[in-house]
Amino acid sequence: MAALVSFEQVSKRFGDFTAVDGVSLDIQDGEFFALLGPSGCGKTTLLRMLAGFERPDAGKVVLGGTDLTGVPPYRRPVNMMFQSYALFPHMTVAGNVAFGLKQDGLPRKEIAARVDEMLALVQLSGLAARKPDQLSGGQRQRVALARSLAKRPKVLLLDEPLAALDRKLREETRFELKAVQQKLGMTFVIVTHDQDEAMTVADRIAVMDRGRLAQVGAPAEVYQRPRSRWVAGFVGDINLVEARVSAVYPSFVTLEREGLKLRVAPSADVAPGAPAAVALRPEKIGIAHAQPEGGAENGATGVVTEIGYLGMLSVFKVQLDSGFALKAAVMNGAAARPIQVKDRVWLSWEPDAGVLLSE
Amino acid sequence: MKRDWLTRFSIVVPYAWLAAFFLLPFLIVVKISFSQSAVAQPPYVPVFDPAAGWDGVRAFFGALSIDSYTSTYADSLYLYSYFKSVTVAAISTALLLLIGYPVAYALARAPRRWQGTLVLLVVLPFWTSFLIRVYAWMNILQHDGLLNQALLALHIIAQPVSWLSTDYAVYLGIVYSYFPFMVLPLYATLERLDPALLEAAADLGCPPWRAFFTVTVPLSLPGIIAGALLCFIPITGEFVIPDLLGSSTTAMIGQTLWLEFFGNRDWPVASALAVVLLALLVTPIVFYRQREMRQMEKA
Repeated sequence: MAALVSFEQVSKRFGDFTAVDGVSLDIQDGEFFALLGPSGCGKTTLLRMLAGFERPDAGKVVLGGTDLTGVPPYRRPVNMMFQSYALFPHMTVAGNVAFGLKQDGLPRKEIAARVDEMLALVQLSGLAARKPDQLSGGQRQRVALARSLAKRPKVLLLDEPLAALDRKLREETRFELKAVQQKLGMTFVIVTHDQDEAMTVADRIAVMDRGRLAQVGAPAEVYQRPRSRWVAGFVGDINLVEARVSAVYPSFVTLEREGLKLRVAPSADVAPGAPAAVALRPEKIGIAHAQPEGGAENGATGVVTEIGYLGMLSVFKVQLDSGFALKAAVMNGAAARPIQVKDRVWLSWEPDAGVLLSE
Repeated sequence: MKRDWLTRFSIVVPYAWLAAFFLLPFLIVVKISFSQSAVAQPPYVPVFDPAAGWDGVRAFFGALSIDSYTSTYADSLYLYSYFKSVTVAAISTALLLLIGYPVAYALARAPRRWQGTLVLLVVLPFWTSFLIRVYAWMNILQHDGLLNQALLALHIIAQPVSWLSTDYAVYLGIVYSYFPFMVLPLYATLERLDPALLEAAADLGCPPWRAFFTVTVPLSLPGIIAGALLCFIPITGEFVIPDLLGSSTTAMIGQTLWLEFFGNRDWPVASALAVVLLALLVTPIVFYRQREMRQMEKA
């Protein structure tokens, strides 16, 4: 299947700063795609090049087989929901939603019908006559969404659409966004620095770092099998254990570090003696007062130094006897005897719990 | 308690100022406007005499008349002056808007680090005396002035043209002098305009020229109104520029007023002219304020 949107070797510089550095990326029709990364990683610039607000210095952006180079923003079949919402303060809610439709010269009746439909979609039907400054932050966000959807764009671009909302509303709105996208079957491209947001809404995520793509994949793939130390560190909480490869077997790799022996699945190409890292999600590490029965293939002992209670689970910071600290996360209410600070504990994990990283 | 007193005092101060330096003199002008011209010192009757007691007060009010007001609309010279003033002010304001808007727009779109300097350049001529600048224009526009010399040298004209003492010269002088009063309020609103709004308009299929009229202009309306009032009102009462650059046929109300005061020594008529002028100018401001209040209530 041909991609709906293709970035082909796209680069963009602002003065000395390279915002986007030779990015090639395909986005499929009907996909909810997330560009995820810290601020300054080039994700917004990439989005703005698709909208037409920035011109690539090299490479091209293709939409539905058409090269968009030189096509001004007002002729592109994409619409954007702005981070600041950018609602027209001198127009009513209905006026804002109708703005794009009026540009197309649609008949009045059709515009009115489409505005009603859009406001119903975002549950704002009663507020059509209000001005933006008479709305709450959440309502403004919905108007912005309705306005950007009204023209039924081929691709909807969302630039940090939930950043201005408070936490609770933001989490609810994520699911609503996803529901709207599925209902309309439209292609959504969202830019966000919030990994939870990207994981919740997106079918696929592109993690960006300093203008380049660090990894592209489904949320679970990016989370479970990060390709580099950087992605592992950026997406979610993780223990990165730096070690040296001691032996490579067909079914596993062993590593060593300061008296700690690690055994992991051979998920990266490494040679004995080379430095590598093992990325271990805290929730994949077991924690117990006694040595686990049967003995796990990976294990270490240490002392609990900190406990973070997060409601659903607790995170234990354990100072290992071998010198460094590991975090383990456990669902609350599972342990027979609660683990407390200064307790001596056993940590254990399966070989496939960790991800071997050479990059 | 103490703060209460302070708050009240801080409210009283501007009102006291207005009462002492605007309301009181204005009431005196209103009083003179209802008097009759006389060859006397002061040059009008009646003069209020508190020594005569109650009868004096009654005689004083009995002697007041509206003759001066009757003459402001009975004499076509005055009507013409008002008409001329309002016309000149309206055309000048329109010209100022036409020239000032692009300049303000360019200022607001200039790189941030240049904006301060550019705004300074717009205001800079104001650091020279206003009179000197108007005299400079007289020099430029006179028969053997710079303008005619330049045009002759370029063979655009064969004979020197009389620029001075024409309506053109008056418009030129006014537009030149009031330029910053139009540009600064426009700049202030345009500079605050969120560029994302224009991006949003473009994103929704609106080409730049149309976005200018559907987004930029409506949102800069407060600046347009402020600039227009800031220019229109003082231009209507303008005296120096038409007096120095114009001719007697361009007599605006300010000149007529001056003539009545100092030429004819007819203080009552001059006062009546001033009162009518104020009424004429206050009306648009009241309208504007009401509109503003309505908008504030809505928000």
